[in-house]
Amino acid sequence: MADLLLMASVLAVSSVVGYVLISRVPPRLHTPLMSMTNAVSAVTILGALLLFALDTTVCQKALGASAIAFAAFNLVGGFTITDRMLKMFHRHHE
Amino acid sequence: MNSVWHLLFDVAVMLILFLGIWRFRAPQTARSGSFLALLALSCAVGVVLVGNPIREPATVVLALLAGGAAGWVVAARINMIQIPAMVAFQNGAGGFASFLIAFVELTHQRSELVPIGQLSGVLGMVIGAATFSGSMVASAKLASVMRQTPVILPHHGWIVVSLLVVICGLGVLAVLVAGPALLYASLALMALSLILGLVFALWIGGADMPVLISFLNATTGLAASFCGVVVENRLLIACGATVAASGFILTHAMCQAMNRNLFQLLAAADWKPAASGSQTSQTLPAPHSSAAAEPQDSEGLSPLARAVEAVRRAKKVIIIPGYGMALAHAQFEVVQLAERLNEMGKEVKFAIHPIAGRMPGHMHVLLAEAEVDPDILFDLREINAEFPETDVALIVGACDVVNPAATSVQGTPISGMPILAAQDAKQVVVCNMDDKPGYSGVANPLYADPKTILVLGDAKTTFGQLLRLAPTKKASLPNGGDAF
Repeated sequence: MADLLLMASVLAVSSVVGYVLISRVPPRLHTPLMSMTNAVSAVTILGALLLFALDTTVCQKALGASAIAFAAFNLVGGFTITDRMLKMFHRHHE
Repeated sequence: MNSVWHLLFDVAVMLILFLGIWRFRAPQTARSGSFLALLALSCAVGVVLVGNPIREPATVVLALLAGGAAGWVVAARINMIQIPAMVAFQNGAGGFASFLIAFVELTHQRSELVPIGQLSGVLGMVIGAATFSGSMVASAKLASVMRQTPVILPHHGWIVVSLLVVICGLGVLAVLVAGPALLYASLALMALSLILGLVFALWIGGADMPVLISFLNATTGLAASFCGVVVENRLLIACGATVAASGFILTHAMCQAMNRNLFQLLAAADWKPAASGSQTSQTLPAPHSSAAAEPQDSEGLSPLARAVEAVRRAKKVIIIPGYGMALAHAQFEVVQLAERLNEMGKEVKFAIHPIAGRMPGHMHVLLAEAEVDPDILFDLREINAEFPETDVALIVGACDVVNPAATSVQGTPISGMPILAAQDAKQVVVCNMDDKPGYSGVANPLYADPKTILVLGDAKTTFGQLLRLAPTKKASLPNGGDAF
């Protein structure tokens, strides 16, 4: 039960802090922001990795491996494209 | 690792992530912000790998490498106009990973899961699967693999509502049962959610894509967060919730930009583009009378030559770019022209409508690619008051965002949408592919306005010609005029 409370408060706190921080991002950075948060949502890779700590059938392992592959795609692709965009924004200030 | 240290570590990772987002306040610091977010995620992955015995390291490493390499190759190659399609695809990849994880966790030794865990698993699976199929449709539309216009099935609203009802019912059932029944319920839920995402994304298209893509961004985060509850990983919950918050903020911002509420838009309540389009074109004066019928004015000048003359005489020019500019790859020419006009001593500004593009902020990225000076970009609220004192409003590839019918005509899909007040400028130059209505299907009365010069054709060519003609001295104009 304590765990549940903790998880609920983690959810609430992150939503509020995320909301406050993201409201301050100017519209011109909304595309890189979305691309970056997209890469952050690849954090599901943690869940996929944790599956491999369990006793699972071959079928479940295959599903777990594809989850890892898709999340890794998201992670690497997301940060690469975000950086490419931000480099362009940067260029004019140099 | 004992639990206090673990908690402190998680808090530290989240602080790094929040610091990263905090640095997104300005373009100069955003790049380091993105690095910080990457650092936070790497730490999170590292601690999971260290803290848990991974049974098949070879499979894990292989899957990581395969996915990562594919992501890198795709991200390094695509161009800026394809970014929305890429982001939509990534939303789908995130949703896919979430629903696989939730499915495996649900069907694996459910006795370990507390009811909340099981409920979260069901939610994660449904949201993840719907996000996946919805994002694939969105991505296909954005990549022009599919038509961008909405596809509306017969009784579309009822299909969605009944799908939702059945999913809710089955979801409740899945939380209560165990064993093989749970497996079948999960499979059925998965199939229904995939269909829901598909049906849902099909009827949204064109200018509504920014809302859809932001909304899917939010649901990816939600699905990840629910997965976090199932696997009892705080970082997963926290990061997922942050992403969801971001997605919902952007969704709200986009809805506001179009003066519609999310429910209206997602339920396609007022969305009948063909019907309202034909209605309005009957009530409004025919849009092509001035330009198409008589492209030459009394002095025998082509629209292009008149546009050049208008821009040459102007002291203050506001450029309004739309998605058509991106489709024509004309952003480089447009930015060059802006620079040249600026060198000639004219005041040049860009007016950017929030939905000028296919995702929030897309137009800024496209113009940044062409190395525009960011200080001359202004959004709707900042610049609308300046149009009356503007000599030329130069519209390139935009229609709905400058359509005065949005404020003057009721009952169209764009009624009430805030627009850029190009009609207040002393003269208007429209460089569009054709004079057909924009995506909304609502005819644009601005095209028929006597102060409007309509230069039809590919914007890249038009601006190439404007560039060649603009800096020359007045004496050379007749030559330029003859050439066209």
